[in-house]
Amino acid sequence: MAEAETPVAPSAPAPLATVRVYRHRLPTRIWHWVNAVTLLILLMSGLMIFNAHPRLYWGEYGANFDRAWLVIGSTADSGYLRIGSLRVETTGVLGRWTNAEGVEKTWAFPGWATIPTSYNLADGRRWHLFFAWVLAISLTLYMLWTAIGGHLTKDLHVRRSEWSPRHIWHDIKQHARLRFPKGEAAARFNILQKLSYIGVIFVLLPLMIATGLTMSPGINAGAPWLLDLFGGRQSARSIHFIAAWALVAFFFVHIAMVLLAGPVNEIRSMVSGWFRLPPERKDGA
Amino acid sequence: MSEFVMPRRQLIARAGGLAATLPLLSACDAINDAPAVRKILSMGEEMNRASQRALIDRNALAREFTRADLSPIFRANGTRLPAGAAYAAHVARGFADWRVAVTGLVAKPFSLSLADIRAMPQRTQITRHDCVEGWSAIGQWTGVQLSRILTAAGVKDSARYIVFRCADRIGDALYYESCDMVDARHPQTILAWALNDAVLPIANGAPLRLRIERQLGYKHAKYVTGIEAVASLDGIGAGKGGYWEDRIDYEWYAGI
Repeated sequence: MAEAETPVAPSAPAPLATVRVYRHRLPTRIWHWVNAVTLLILLMSGLMIFNAHPRLYWGEYGANFDRAWLVIGSTADSGYLRIGSLRVETTGVLGRWTNAEGVEKTWAFPGWATIPTSYNLADGRRWHLFFAWVLAISLTLYMLWTAIGGHLTKDLHVRRSEWSPRHIWHDIKQHARLRFPKGEAAARFNILQKLSYIGVIFVLLPLMIATGLTMSPGINAGAPWLLDLFGGRQSARSIHFIAAWALVAFFFVHIAMVLLAGPVNEIRSMVSGWFRLPPERKDGA
Repeated sequence: MSEFVMPRRQLIARAGGLAATLPLLSACDAINDAPAVRKILSMGEEMNRASQRALIDRNALAREFTRADLSPIFRANGTRLPAGAAYAAHVARGFADWRVAVTGLVAKPFSLSLADIRAMPQRTQITRHDCVEGWSAIGQWTGVQLSRILTAAGVKDSARYIVFRCADRIGDALYYESCDMVDARHPQTILAWALNDAVLPIANGAPLRLRIERQLGYKHAKYVTGIEAVASLDGIGAGKGGYWEDRIDYEWYAGI
């Protein structure tokens, strides 16, 4: 990812020349945008499926008479979210909300957040189970490419020096102060970027797929060890839900970083591959 | 920073009115309803069916649990009490005259009473029931393996599906479901007459219900009155093989 179009000579930088580096190769760009669409559809159709039974349990079984650790519900005039013993009023957003036609509904997640917009479990499942294949196939291909194409060892590999707590703490402080890498350093992933991308590609997304498969009674018969791995079907459903929100959290941080680091340059680099290095800071920090 | 804040505020202000979101939402639903889109999306079902059949042993068993794992209360769903005088009369007589007809592509069509079914070799299994809605309940089921009934009737080689006819009417039709011969002959596919060591409650499908353990709950036909071997699902209901499949597009293959 650090193939410089213009040779970069750190000792004598041309003051006004824009240095462009080829930052994202084609498979990365394709996978990024396929994922952007796929994950949005999976999230929204997943929220529709959740609406069919807005309760989460730990263990193998769980239904209305059993203790749920998370519930999105409604009373006669309000909506609420309950996690453990913590109860939050969510009227208007969760549990009780008004749809686009002005009709009050008591499904857990509101119509603007689900596919389709009105309750339809069959259609939600159809979108979800089709795009689950898109996710699984594209993730598998991308993982293979990162391993074979050198992306993993060249760009994502965390070097020994980067593992030092001092280095990580320094990077966290720099991010918190919104001081992002400039110059040549911006062409490489920093430690927090590496850890987030590795976390998403090799932990969160595989976890989504594995917990999703663990909810399948057909897969359970063929691979019962998945039930043991996640502690039962309802635990797998709970982990699936939590991991989905972890991906949403990643999305918001990702978008915030893109906006703060320069949205035009960042988005352009994910389209064309070419990234303009931000000029070095004067104070040398 | 400020250059981002302003447009976003304007955007939020613009989206604030619910009416403003209407065109976007209806566009999403138009995509959902487009026949071509529905056709592409339904490929997912075929991919799931084909991959599960290809990768999983056809006789792989659903996990069986112990009595310690039973759900304290086994939730009933769908029809809880079939309407009509005929079913009420069966209840009054303790289902003494209930019969299950075995018909279609079989060498010897016959019908079975509950006494006939209980006289056959029985299988008891403690399994997890998974509703398409997302909940699960563990129960102990006792009944006869469907494969024994199919063998006794001499199902012909031309039969590709087994259709289950039921006594509960939902809206315009009696409930019906179907499965392929792999699931029909699976060792855990039973016609159950007992739940948790007691006679099957009405809400759970008395006197006889299907257990098809590697698929979701709507495939588990309750109040079973008929078992029909067919070569094609075309003539069954609207042709998709089940009550909900025909009405609201639930997938016929419910292994996921």
